[in-house]
This record gives sequence, C-alpha cells and structure tokens, in this order.
Amino acid sequence: MSTNKESWGSRVGLILAMAGNAVGLGNFLRFPVQAVQNGGGAFIIPYLVCFLVMGIPLLWIEWSMGRFGGRFGHHSTPFIVDTMGKNRLWKYIGVFGIWTNIAVAAYYCYIESWTLSYTFHSIIGTFSGLDQEGVANFFGQYVSLGTSTLGIPYEPIVFYILCLLLNTWILSQGLASGVERVAKVGMPMLILFGLFLAFRGVTLTAGENGAINDSSVGLNFLWTPNFDQLWSPTVWLAAAGQIFFTLSVGMGTVHCYASYVRPKDDIALNAMSAGWMNEFVEVVLGAAILIPISIGYLGVERVSEMVQSGGLGLAFQTLPYLFYQWGDLLGALSGMMWFGLLFFAGITSSLAMGTPWIGFMQDEFNWGRKSAAWSFGLFVFLLGMPTVLFFKYGVFDEYDYWAGTVSLVVFALLETILFSWVFGINRGWREIISGADIQVPAFYKFIIKFVTPLLLLWVFLGSLFTPKGGDWGAAIAGNWVLDNSSIINKLKNVDLEQKLAAATDPEAIQVLENQIFFVNATRILLLAVWVALALLVYTAYKKRVREGRV
Amino acid sequence: MLTTILLVTSLMLYFFLKVITTPPKPEPDSYTENDDEPDRQSPSR
Repeated sequence: MSTNKESWGSRVGLILAMAGNAVGLGNFLRFPVQAVQNGGGAFIIPYLVCFLVMGIPLLWIEWSMGRFGGRFGHHSTPFIVDTMGKNRLWKYIGVFGIWTNIAVAAYYCYIESWTLSYTFHSIIGTFSGLDQEGVANFFGQYVSLGTSTLGIPYEPIVFYILCLLLNTWILSQGLASGVERVAKVGMPMLILFGLFLAFRGVTLTAGENGAINDSSVGLNFLWTPNFDQLWSPTVWLAAAGQIFFTLSVGMGTVHCYASYVRPKDDIALNAMSAGWMNEFVEVVLGAAILIPISIGYLGVERVSEMVQSGGLGLAFQTLPYLFYQWGDLLGALSGMMWFGLLFFAGITSSLAMGTPWIGFMQDEFNWGRKSAAWSFGLFVFLLGMPTVLFFKYGVFDEYDYWAGTVSLVVFALLETILFSWVFGINRGWREIISGADIQVPAFYKFIIKFVTPLLLLWVFLGSLFTPKGGDWGAAIAGNWVLDNSSIINKLKNVDLEQKLAAATDPEAIQVLENQIFFVNATRILLLAVWVALALLVYTAYKKRVREGRV
Repeated sequence: MLTTILLVTSLMLYFFLKVITTPPKPEPDSYTENDDEPDRQSPSR
C-alpha cells in the first residue's frame, strides 16, 4: 500500500498553490519581452485567444486527469495516464511528467538562487553607489563564479545549495504544512510587491529622479498594437508558447496537485480561479514593471536592443541600478521587493516541480515523504551542477530548451489526444463537470476534442519545421528553408556549426568547439535521465504485477 | 490596454470571489482544515 496520505488544508490554499505553480519568473521576465517582440498590444489578442482555446482546456484536462488518477491512488503522471489508456506504453509517455520537473527544477532553482542572493544584496546595499556598468559587471562575475563581494568562496553555489535545501525542507513538511503554507504567504506577498512596483512603473515622470521618459512612453511601447503582425503565424506561435510557459501545463505538476482532490469536489472553478490569477499577475503586474521602468530611464531604442537577448539581462543587470535613481532607501526597498517577488514566483513553482517525484516514490516504492523529498533535492543538485559550472557553454540553455520548452508541447499534445480521443471526450467531459461549482460552457466540449489538439499539433509542427526568419509565406510557396531556431536545426547544431565554419580566431574556434561538446553531452545526460526514469516506471509496474495491483 | 487590464482583473476577482462565496460541500471533502466545523458535516455522519 502507498504511504501517501497527503491532502490539502483548504480550497483557497489549493488555488494559491496552483496559481503559485503557474506564476513564475516568466510572468515578469518572459511575457513583456514576448509582447514587445511580437506586435505589442496586438500580441495580446492571439495571447488571450490561445488562453481561451488552449490554456483553459489544458487546465481542465490536467485537473480532471489528476483527480481521476487520484481516485486510484496515483499522484504522478506515469500511472495517472496508465489508468486512462489501455495501451501499456502510455505510462512511459507519463515519464515526461516527472522528467520535465526534475530537469527544469535543476536549472530553475539556479535562477531562483540568483533572486535569493539579489534580495540579500539589495537589503545590504551592495548595489548602492554602483553605476550601471558596475551592476552589470556584478552579474557577469556572479554567473562566471568570479570574486564574491561577500567574501564567500563560490557564492552562487552556496546560494544554489541554500535554495535547494530550502525547497527540499519545505517539500519534506508535506502538502498542507509545507507547499500550501508557503503559497499562502508567498502569493499575497508577491501580489503586494508587484502592486507597489507596478504603481512606481506607471507613475514615472520625465525629469524626476533622472527619468528621461514618462511611464506612458514605456506603456505605449508595450501596448501599442501593430496590427500588421496580427496574422503572422510566428506571432501566434509565440502567443501559444507563452501560454504554455505561463500556465505550467504539459509538466505534470497540475495533475499531481489535483490528484489530492476528491471526486465529488470541484475542479472546474478551481482551475479558472488559479488560471485567471496567473493571467492577472502576468498581464496586469508583469507588463507594468520591467519595460515601463527600463524605458523610463533608458529610452525606447536602448531597451529595444536589450530585450533581444531576453528579460534576464534587464532584470538582473539593469533594474537594480535604476531602482537607486529613486534614492538609497527606496532603491534598496524596491530591489528587495523586485527580487523578493521573483523569489516567491520561483519557489512556488519549484516546489510544485518536486511533488510529482515525491508522489511517485510514495505511491510506488512506499517511501516516506521526507526520504522522497530529500532524494528529490539530491537528484536536482546533481543534475543542476552542470548548469552552474558550465553556464557559459550553454548547458543551462539546453536544459531550458529540451526540458522546459519542447517536452511541454510534446506531453501536452499527447495527453490531450489521450483525454479527448482515447479516454473519450464523453467520459472526459463528465470528469470536468463532475462536482463543478460553475456551469462549464458546452462548446468547450468541441474545443477540447478538436481545436485544442489541432492547435497543439500546429505548435509542435511549427516549432519542428520553423521556416527561416519566420517567413511562412515563402515556406508555403515552396521555399521552405528551416530556421536555426527550429527543433530539427537545433538538434543538428546548425547555428553553432555555421558560427564555427565562419570563425577564424583560434580562441573563438576553441570556445565554439567546447560549446558543441557541452551541448551534445547535455543532451546525452538528459536522455540518460529520461531512460533511467522510464526504467524506474518499468520496475514499479513489475512490482505492481507481483503484488497483484494490475 | 485599459480594456485588457480591466477584463483580466475583473475575471480574476469574479472567479476568486465565487470560490470564496460558494457554499461548501458536506464532509468528507478534500480539505482538512474544515474537518471539525459542525455545519460542514454530512447528515449521515
């Protein structure tokens, strides 16, 4: 028998934990950058459409799959999907629901540890008196494990271990006493900090405290619709991708949390509440901080250049400096709130990533909560160290791409097919509306059966065969040259190979050769972890057969 | 911009308030914190 006797403390606690699972660093760092790069205000139209026809259906699918599996004592995706499809191979598809979490947690906890460290540095005033270059250099030295400003050797590794220990300890306290308690504190704090910073972001005035633009310039930059881009498949693909990341669907964490909900209790309203809470944090708070504040001080052109490399640079290399334009006290306070907000967003997500592994080990191998939690911490530490030590060789990006991007789409597509076509939409629909505290619109039955799987298939194929420069018109006309960002060209390292072929400097050639080696080694490592987990699932299955549980 | 912000905020508040104001189901339910509340016990218990 499973040792898993966990349950949620309260309904609000479950919703906050589920919203915390969804709200992550991407809400504040990825969404505004995606919006800027994909048509500003026009991006919000495909984004919200994708939320309605892909995000909400996936939330309902995953919540009902989880609650259905929980009825049979399953709290992780391998055996949840196994109960829904007769084919024995389904449980190996479910391996994605554990693998993704372990691999993502490995690098995600590293960024989370940066936010912890930066919160601490903001409080002690490390960034006070530094110019913008000084703050940027601090980040550069930090990630390259350079000299510590605190005198601690290998400071990033110390914070990474601290962060992992904190995550593991909270997980070991259980669902209600650990995960839920953190969500009940973390989510309100995050919203409070977010509201404060968003207020500052939308009330900047040119000429005050060194600002060169009113906040309206940044807000216009972000929100002015470029309707020319509205019908671009690239923009729709980006919008659909953002919905994935922001809702944490296709990971297995929603299934795990929902598996502790009893069959007669609501999931339809819970899913909507948690989903819209995430949208509020992303669209309302996320859009009002990073871009408006940066443009207020640096101008549109400079920020346009900076967002090309993503939101991490702005968040860690620029904002700490900009906050100090408001004075020492407010600068330190804002820095503490910004990185504290990112830390709460991060930890509520990384805790969710630990629960599928813990549920699996409890269900299948009768491990206690504490042993399962500490084994997760150790697993993540071992898998995460390459991202810390070989950050500059792109190991971190490989984890993010394969585990944090491709895997989500693959698993979401397969689980949607399982739910709608194998398990059957009629049974699936009954699961969604069973115990529902809201009237679920009947047209969603059609959307879940046809629209969501087709949209997911399109997202997957669009990522697999992305045409060069996102020029779908030329591709459809017959000139289909793959872009280097397509999954196929990524797999073939086309971008790196092209750079290597063009390089003449021996030092640059050596760096690129090292990068190709580390990229390939990372893929082998990730594949080995997937195979090891699949073997563990096979062992669990054999154990079930021996015990007469199959 | 304002339409989007107002729409998202209103829907978030609407669903969260609905969660808070929906009458609870009788015990046993999924949540442990209310296990001892007398008005939430099933009539058969």
